[in-house]
Amino acid sequence: MKANEERLRAQLLLGLAGDAEAYHLFLKALSAHLRAFLRRRLGGLPDEIEDLVQDTLLAVHSQRHTYRPEQPLTAWVQAIARYKLIDLFRSRAGREALHDPLDEELDVFAHCDTDAADARRDVGKLLQQLPDHQRLPIVHTKLEGLSVAEAARATGMSESAVKVGVHRGLKALAALMKVSA
Amino acid sequence: MKTDDLIAMLATGVAPVDPQLAAKRFRTGLGAGVLGALLLLLSLYGLNPQLQEVARLPMFWGKLAYPASLAAIALLLAQRLSHPGVPLGRAPAALLLPILAIALLAIWVLAQAAAPQRPALLLGQTWKTCALSIALVSTPVFVAVLWIMKGLAPTRLRHAGAAAGLLASTLGALVYALHCPEIEAPFLLVWYGAGMAIPVAVGALLGPKLLRW
Repeated sequence: MKANEERLRAQLLLGLAGDAEAYHLFLKALSAHLRAFLRRRLGGLPDEIEDLVQDTLLAVHSQRHTYRPEQPLTAWVQAIARYKLIDLFRSRAGREALHDPLDEELDVFAHCDTDAADARRDVGKLLQQLPDHQRLPIVHTKLEGLSVAEAARATGMSESAVKVGVHRGLKALAALMKVSA
Repeated sequence: MKTDDLIAMLATGVAPVDPQLAAKRFRTGLGAGVLGALLLLLSLYGLNPQLQEVARLPMFWGKLAYPASLAAIALLLAQRLSHPGVPLGRAPAALLLPILAIALLAIWVLAQAAAPQRPALLLGQTWKTCALSIALVSTPVFVAVLWIMKGLAPTRLRHAGAAAGLLASTLGALVYALHCPEIEAPFLLVWYGAGMAIPVAVGALLGPKLLRW
Protein backbone atom coordinates (compact mmCIF):
# COMPACT_ATOMS: atom_id res chain seq x y z
CA MET A 1 0.00 0.00 0.00
CA LYS A 2 2.79 2.37 1.00
CA ALA A 3 4.85 1.12 -1.95
CA ASN A 4 1.87 1.71 -4.23
CA GLU A 5 1.59 5.26 -3.10
CA GLU A 6 5.32 5.89 -3.47
CA ARG A 7 5.30 4.56 -7.03
CA LEU A 8 2.26 6.60 -8.00
CA ARG A 9 3.72 9.70 -6.44
CA ALA A 10 6.97 9.29 -8.35
CA GLN A 11 5.01 8.86 -11.59
CA LEU A 12 2.90 11.93 -10.91
CA LEU A 13 5.99 14.05 -10.17
CA LEU A 14 7.54 12.92 -13.45
CA GLY A 15 4.24 13.70 -15.16
CA LEU A 16 4.20 17.19 -13.66
CA ALA A 17 7.66 17.69 -15.14
CA GLY A 18 6.23 16.80 -18.57
CA ASP A 19 6.90 13.03 -18.81
CA ALA A 20 3.77 11.85 -20.66
CA GLU A 21 4.61 8.14 -20.34
CA ALA A 22 4.97 8.24 -16.56
CA TYR A 23 1.86 10.39 -16.33
CA HIS A 24 -0.07 7.85 -18.38
CA LEU A 25 0.99 5.08 -15.97
CA PHE A 26 -0.03 7.26 -13.05
CA LEU A 27 -3.52 7.93 -14.39
CA LYS A 28 -3.96 4.28 -15.31
CA ALA A 29 -3.06 3.02 -11.84
CA LEU A 30 -5.01 5.82 -10.21
CA SER A 31 -8.15 4.95 -12.17
CA ALA A 32 -8.08 1.39 -10.79
CA HIS A 33 -7.74 2.68 -7.23
CA LEU A 34 -10.45 5.27 -7.74
CA ARG A 35 -12.79 2.65 -9.17
CA ALA A 36 -12.40 0.44 -6.10
CA PHE A 37 -12.63 3.44 -3.76
CA LEU A 38 -15.79 4.78 -5.40
CA ARG A 39 -17.42 1.38 -5.78
CA ARG A 40 -17.43 0.91 -2.02
CA ARG A 41 -19.11 4.27 -1.59
CA LEU A 42 -21.55 4.10 -4.47
CA GLY A 43 -23.09 0.74 -3.74
CA GLY A 44 -26.54 2.25 -4.21
CA LEU A 45 -25.63 3.84 -7.53
CA PRO A 46 -23.60 1.24 -9.45
CA ASP A 47 -24.24 2.96 -12.79
CA GLU A 48 -22.54 6.09 -11.62
CA ILE A 49 -19.19 4.54 -10.77
CA GLU A 50 -17.47 4.74 -14.14
CA ASP A 51 -18.83 8.24 -14.77
CA LEU A 52 -17.44 9.39 -11.47
CA VAL A 53 -14.09 7.68 -12.12
CA GLN A 54 -13.83 9.69 -15.34
CA ASP A 55 -15.03 12.83 -13.63
CA THR A 56 -12.42 12.47 -10.89
CA LEU A 57 -9.63 11.67 -13.36
CA LEU A 58 -10.46 14.81 -15.29
CA ALA A 59 -10.49 16.81 -12.04
CA VAL A 60 -7.14 15.33 -10.97
CA HIS A 61 -5.74 16.27 -14.36
CA SER A 62 -7.02 19.85 -14.48
CA GLN A 63 -6.04 20.48 -10.86
CA ARG A 64 -2.67 18.73 -10.99
CA HIS A 65 -0.97 22.08 -10.37
CA THR A 66 -2.46 22.05 -6.85
CA TYR A 67 -0.52 18.96 -5.74
CA ARG A 68 2.23 19.89 -3.30
CA PRO A 69 5.23 17.55 -3.55
CA GLU A 70 5.71 17.49 0.24
CA GLN A 71 2.13 16.31 0.78
CA PRO A 72 1.01 12.64 0.90
CA LEU A 73 -0.57 11.73 -2.43
CA THR A 74 -3.39 9.87 -0.64
CA ALA A 75 -4.59 13.02 1.08
CA TRP A 76 -4.67 15.00 -2.16
CA VAL A 77 -6.41 12.34 -4.26
CA GLN A 78 -8.86 11.56 -1.48
CA ALA A 79 -9.84 15.19 -1.03
CA ILE A 80 -10.58 15.49 -4.76
CA ALA A 81 -12.47 12.19 -4.92
CA ARG A 82 -14.53 13.13 -1.86
CA TYR A 83 -15.30 16.51 -3.35
CA LYS A 84 -16.55 14.89 -6.56
CA LEU A 85 -18.52 12.34 -4.56
CA ILE A 86 -20.21 14.95 -2.40
CA ASP A 87 -20.96 16.93 -5.54
CA LEU A 88 -22.70 13.91 -7.01
CA PHE A 89 -24.72 13.29 -3.86
CA ARG A 90 -25.70 16.91 -3.69
CA SER A 91 -27.02 16.82 -7.24
CA ARG A 92 -28.74 13.51 -6.51
CA ALA A 93 -29.88 14.54 -3.04
CA GLY A 94 -29.47 10.85 -2.33
CA ARG A 95 -27.24 10.65 0.66
CA GLU A 96 -28.79 7.32 1.58
CA ALA A 97 -26.78 5.81 -1.26
CA LEU A 98 -23.68 6.39 0.81
CA HIS A 99 -22.13 3.14 1.96
CA ASP A 100 -19.36 4.36 4.18
CA PRO A 101 -19.37 7.55 6.17
CA LEU A 102 -17.28 9.98 4.14
CA ASP A 103 -15.17 11.24 6.97
CA GLU A 104 -13.78 7.80 7.60
CA GLU A 105 -10.14 7.91 6.56
CA LEU A 106 -9.99 5.02 4.16
CA ASP A 107 -6.92 4.71 2.02
CA VAL A 108 -7.60 5.33 -1.67
CA PHE A 109 -4.67 3.13 -2.56
CA ALA A 110 -5.75 0.17 -0.45
CA HIS A 111 -7.74 -1.47 -3.23
CA CYS A 112 -7.55 -1.83 -6.95
CA ASP A 113 -10.23 -2.51 -9.56
CA THR A 114 -9.22 -2.67 -13.20
CA ASP A 115 -12.57 -3.96 -14.36
CA ALA A 116 -13.92 -0.85 -16.07
CA ALA A 117 -17.59 -0.90 -16.87
CA ASP A 118 -18.79 1.34 -19.66
CA ALA A 119 -19.42 4.88 -18.64
CA ARG A 120 -23.02 5.87 -19.29
CA ARG A 121 -21.97 9.24 -20.46
CA ASP A 122 -19.82 9.46 -23.54
CA VAL A 123 -17.00 11.94 -23.08
CA GLY A 124 -16.34 11.69 -26.81
CA LYS A 125 -19.82 13.02 -27.52
CA LEU A 126 -19.46 15.77 -24.93
CA LEU A 127 -16.24 16.76 -26.67
CA GLN A 128 -18.23 17.37 -29.86
CA GLN A 129 -20.23 20.03 -28.02
CA LEU A 130 -17.19 22.21 -27.38
CA PRO A 131 -16.59 25.19 -29.67
CA ASP A 132 -13.94 24.70 -32.39
CA HIS A 133 -11.27 26.79 -30.68
CA GLN A 134 -11.35 24.36 -27.74
CA ARG A 135 -12.32 21.13 -29.49
CA LEU A 136 -9.73 21.25 -32.28
CA PRO A 137 -6.72 21.84 -29.99
CA ILE A 138 -7.86 18.89 -27.83
CA VAL A 139 -8.49 16.62 -30.83
CA HIS A 140 -5.15 17.46 -32.44
CA THR A 141 -2.85 17.45 -29.41
CA LYS A 142 -4.64 14.98 -27.18
CA LEU A 143 -6.26 12.47 -29.51
CA GLU A 144 -4.11 12.61 -32.64
CA GLY A 145 -0.91 13.21 -30.71
CA LEU A 146 0.25 16.25 -32.68
CA SER A 147 2.66 18.66 -31.02
CA VAL A 148 1.41 22.12 -30.07
CA ALA A 149 3.28 23.61 -33.04
CA GLU A 150 1.75 21.09 -35.45
CA ALA A 151 -1.72 21.68 -34.04
CA ALA A 152 -1.22 25.41 -34.43
CA ARG A 153 -0.35 24.91 -38.12
CA ALA A 154 -3.29 22.56 -38.67
CA THR A 155 -5.82 24.96 -37.14
CA GLY A 156 -4.28 28.29 -38.09
CA MET A 157 -4.34 29.23 -34.40
CA SER A 158 -1.33 30.59 -32.52
CA GLU A 159 0.57 28.18 -30.27
CA SER A 160 -0.53 29.94 -27.14
CA ALA A 161 -4.15 29.87 -28.36
CA VAL A 162 -3.81 26.10 -28.81
CA LYS A 163 -2.49 25.70 -25.24
CA VAL A 164 -5.21 27.92 -23.82
CA GLY A 165 -7.79 26.02 -25.91
CA VAL A 166 -6.69 22.67 -24.46
CA HIS A 167 -6.71 24.01 -20.92
CA ARG A 168 -10.08 25.77 -21.13
CA GLY A 169 -11.54 22.95 -23.23
CA LEU A 170 -10.77 20.34 -20.56
CA LYS A 171 -12.32 22.58 -17.93
CA ALA A 172 -15.40 23.04 -20.10
CA LEU A 173 -15.51 19.29 -20.59
CA ALA A 174 -15.49 18.77 -16.83
CA ALA A 175 -18.38 21.24 -16.54
CA LEU A 176 -20.32 19.38 -19.25
CA MET A 177 -19.74 16.11 -17.41
CA LYS A 178 -21.23 17.63 -14.31
CA VAL A 179 -24.33 18.86 -16.16
CA SER A 180 -24.92 15.51 -17.83
CA ALA A 181 -24.26 13.53 -14.62
CA MET B 1 -15.41 7.17 -24.54
CA LYS B 2 -13.87 4.44 -22.42
CA THR B 3 -11.91 5.38 -19.35
CA ASP B 4 -8.68 4.08 -20.89
CA ASP B 5 -9.21 6.32 -23.91
CA LEU B 6 -9.86 9.29 -21.64
CA ILE B 7 -6.64 8.53 -19.78
CA ALA B 8 -4.71 8.30 -23.04
CA MET B 9 -6.22 11.59 -24.10
CA LEU B 10 -5.27 13.34 -20.86
CA ALA B 11 -1.71 11.97 -20.90
CA THR B 12 -0.95 12.68 -24.56
CA GLY B 13 1.26 15.69 -25.06
CA VAL B 14 0.97 16.64 -21.39
CA ALA B 15 2.78 19.90 -20.71
CA PRO B 16 5.11 20.44 -17.74
CA VAL B 17 3.44 22.25 -14.84
CA ASP B 18 5.13 25.25 -13.26
CA PRO B 19 5.55 24.32 -9.56
CA GLN B 20 5.28 28.01 -8.65
CA LEU B 21 1.91 28.44 -10.35
CA ALA B 22 -0.12 28.76 -7.14
CA ALA B 23 2.40 31.11 -5.51
CA LYS B 24 2.45 33.31 -8.61
CA ARG B 25 -1.34 33.42 -8.70
CA PHE B 26 -1.40 34.55 -5.06
CA ARG B 27 1.19 37.25 -5.75
CA THR B 28 -0.57 38.59 -8.84
CA GLY B 29 -4.03 38.46 -7.29
CA LEU B 30 -3.09 40.02 -3.96
CA GLY B 31 -0.99 42.70 -5.68
CA ALA B 32 -3.93 43.71 -7.86
CA GLY B 33 -6.41 43.47 -4.96
CA VAL B 34 -4.37 45.64 -2.59
CA LEU B 35 -3.76 48.16 -5.36
CA GLY B 36 -7.52 48.28 -5.96
CA ALA B 37 -8.13 48.81 -2.24
CA LEU B 38 -5.58 51.65 -2.16
CA LEU B 39 -7.19 53.37 -5.14
CA LEU B 40 -10.61 52.96 -3.55
CA LEU B 41 -9.30 54.46 -0.30
CA LEU B 42 -7.69 57.42 -2.06
CA SER B 43 -10.78 58.18 -4.15
CA LEU B 44 -13.37 57.75 -1.38
CA TYR B 45 -11.54 58.69 1.83
CA GLY B 46 -8.07 60.11 1.18
CA LEU B 47 -5.06 59.68 3.44
CA ASN B 48 -5.08 60.82 7.03
CA PRO B 49 -3.62 64.37 6.81
CA GLN B 50 -1.81 63.80 10.12
CA LEU B 51 -0.29 60.53 8.94
CA GLN B 52 3.31 61.72 9.30
CA GLU B 53 2.87 62.84 12.91
CA VAL B 54 0.75 59.82 13.81
CA ALA B 55 3.38 57.47 12.38
CA ARG B 56 5.75 58.55 15.16
CA LEU B 57 3.46 57.12 17.83
CA PRO B 58 4.20 53.52 18.82
CA MET B 59 0.49 52.73 18.95
CA PHE B 60 0.18 53.53 15.23
CA TRP B 61 2.41 50.53 14.56
CA GLY B 62 0.44 48.47 17.04
CA LYS B 63 -2.64 49.41 15.07
CA LEU B 64 -1.01 48.07 11.88
CA ALA B 65 0.39 44.97 13.59
CA TYR B 66 -3.08 43.79 14.60
CA PRO B 67 -4.53 43.34 11.07
CA ALA B 68 -1.08 42.55 9.61
CA SER B 69 -0.51 39.54 11.86
CA LEU B 70 -4.04 38.32 11.18
CA ALA B 71 -3.42 38.77 7.44
CA ALA B 72 -0.28 36.61 7.59
CA ILE B 73 -2.24 33.78 9.22
CA ALA B 74 -5.16 34.29 6.83
CA LEU B 75 -2.77 33.97 3.88
CA LEU B 76 -1.54 30.65 5.23
CA LEU B 77 -5.13 29.47 5.71
CA ALA B 78 -6.19 30.60 2.23
CA GLN B 79 -3.23 28.78 0.65
CA ARG B 80 -3.88 25.58 2.56
CA LEU B 81 -7.61 25.65 1.80
CA SER B 82 -6.90 26.18 -1.91
CA HIS B 83 -5.02 22.90 -2.14
CA PRO B 84 -6.94 19.61 -1.74
CA GLY B 85 -6.07 17.56 1.32
CA VAL B 86 -3.68 19.99 3.03
CA PRO B 87 -4.35 20.05 6.81
CA LEU B 88 -4.85 23.45 8.43
CA GLY B 89 -2.55 22.65 11.34
CA ARG B 90 -2.33 25.26 14.06
CA ALA B 91 -3.18 28.22 11.85
CA PRO B 92 -6.85 28.55 12.99
CA ALA B 93 -5.79 28.57 16.66
CA ALA B 94 -3.04 31.09 15.90
CA LEU B 95 -5.73 33.60 14.91
CA LEU B 96 -6.56 33.94 18.60
CA LEU B 97 -3.14 35.36 19.50
CA PRO B 98 -3.41 38.81 17.84
CA ILE B 99 -7.02 39.09 19.02
CA LEU B 100 -6.03 38.20 22.55
CA ALA B 101 -3.13 40.67 22.46
CA ILE B 102 -5.30 43.61 21.36
CA ALA B 103 -8.02 42.60 23.85
CA LEU B 104 -5.56 42.63 26.75
CA LEU B 105 -4.20 45.98 25.62
CA ALA B 106 -7.75 47.36 25.34
CA ILE B 107 -8.63 46.20 28.85
CA TRP B 108 -5.45 47.73 30.22
CA VAL B 109 -6.12 51.06 28.48
CA LEU B 110 -9.70 51.15 29.76
CA ALA B 111 -8.61 50.22 33.27
CA GLN B 112 -6.04 53.05 33.29
CA ALA B 113 -8.49 55.66 32.06
CA ALA B 114 -10.80 57.71 34.25
CA ALA B 115 -14.42 56.61 33.95
CA PRO B 116 -15.64 59.67 31.96
CA GLN B 117 -12.99 59.06 29.26
CA ARG B 118 -13.88 55.47 28.63
CA PRO B 119 -16.73 55.96 26.10
CA ALA B 120 -14.41 58.13 23.97
CA LEU B 121 -11.72 55.42 23.98
CA LEU B 122 -14.28 52.92 22.78
CA LEU B 123 -16.16 55.03 20.25
CA GLY B 124 -13.52 57.48 19.00
CA GLN B 125 -14.87 59.91 16.40
CA THR B 126 -15.65 57.41 13.65
CA TRP B 127 -17.29 54.34 15.22
CA LYS B 128 -20.40 54.74 13.09
CA THR B 129 -18.55 54.32 9.80
CA CYS B 130 -15.40 52.37 10.65
CA ALA B 131 -16.60 48.77 10.31
CA LEU B 132 -18.51 49.31 7.07
CA SER B 133 -15.64 51.34 5.61
CA ILE B 134 -13.19 48.50 6.27
CA ALA B 135 -15.58 46.05 4.62
CA LEU B 136 -15.97 48.38 1.64
CA VAL B 137 -12.23 48.96 1.18
CA SER B 138 -11.76 45.17 1.37
CA THR B 139 -14.00 44.45 -1.63
CA PRO B 140 -11.30 44.62 -4.35
CA VAL B 141 -9.12 42.23 -2.32
CA PHE B 142 -12.09 39.93 -1.75
CA VAL B 143 -12.77 39.70 -5.48
CA ALA B 144 -9.05 39.09 -6.09
CA VAL B 145 -8.86 36.27 -3.53
CA LEU B 146 -11.92 34.61 -5.04
CA TRP B 147 -10.18 34.83 -8.44
CA ILE B 148 -7.05 33.24 -6.92
CA MET B 149 -9.05 30.41 -5.40
CA LYS B 150 -11.07 29.82 -8.57
CA GLY B 151 -7.80 28.96 -10.29
CA LEU B 152 -6.87 26.45 -7.59
CA ALA B 153 -8.96 23.68 -6.06
CA PRO B 154 -10.63 24.42 -2.72
CA THR B 155 -12.61 21.41 -1.52
CA ARG B 156 -13.97 22.85 1.74
CA LEU B 157 -15.88 25.71 0.23
CA ARG B 158 -17.35 27.33 3.32
CA HIS B 159 -13.99 27.37 5.09
CA ALA B 160 -12.28 28.61 1.94
CA GLY B 161 -14.85 31.40 1.56
CA ALA B 162 -14.34 32.49 5.17
CA ALA B 163 -10.55 32.45 4.74
CA ALA B 164 -10.92 34.52 1.56
CA GLY B 165 -13.02 37.02 3.53
CA LEU B 166 -10.47 37.16 6.34
CA LEU B 167 -7.51 37.66 4.02
CA ALA B 168 -9.42 40.40 2.20
CA SER B 169 -10.65 42.18 5.32
CA THR B 170 -7.32 42.11 7.18
CA LEU B 171 -5.52 43.57 4.15
CA GLY B 172 -8.42 46.00 3.70
CA ALA B 173 -8.07 47.08 7.35
CA LEU B 174 -4.35 47.71 6.80
CA VAL B 175 -5.15 49.96 3.84
CA TYR B 176 -7.98 51.71 5.70
CA ALA B 177 -5.59 52.41 8.58
CA LEU B 178 -3.86 54.95 6.30
CA HIS B 179 -7.00 57.05 6.44
CA CYS B 180 -8.43 56.26 9.85
CA PRO B 181 -7.59 58.72 12.66
CA GLU B 182 -8.31 56.30 15.51
CA ILE B 183 -5.49 54.81 17.47
CA GLU B 184 -6.87 53.58 20.80
CA ALA B 185 -6.80 49.84 21.48
CA PRO B 186 -10.45 49.59 22.70
CA PHE B 187 -11.65 51.18 19.46
CA LEU B 188 -9.47 48.90 17.33
CA LEU B 189 -10.60 45.79 19.17
CA VAL B 190 -14.29 46.49 18.64
CA TRP B 191 -14.61 48.38 15.34
CA TYR B 192 -11.67 46.95 13.40
CA GLY B 193 -12.79 43.58 14.72
CA ALA B 194 -16.33 44.14 13.42
CA GLY B 195 -15.02 45.47 10.10
CA MET B 196 -12.84 42.43 9.60
CA ALA B 197 -15.63 40.04 10.63
CA ILE B 198 -18.14 41.24 8.01
CA PRO B 199 -16.23 39.92 4.95
CA VAL B 200 -15.52 36.66 6.83
CA ALA B 201 -19.26 36.12 7.28
CA VAL B 202 -19.97 37.09 3.66
CA GLY B 203 -17.25 34.70 2.49
CA ALA B 204 -18.56 31.81 4.57
CA LEU B 205 -22.03 32.46 3.21
CA LEU B 206 -21.07 32.78 -0.46
CA GLY B 207 -18.13 30.34 -0.55
CA PRO B 208 -20.15 27.21 -1.39
CA LYS B 209 -21.82 29.07 -4.30
CA LEU B 210 -18.92 31.09 -5.68
CA LEU B 211 -16.05 28.65 -5.28
CA ARG B 212 -17.61 25.50 -6.77
CA TRP B 213 -15.66 23.86 -9.57
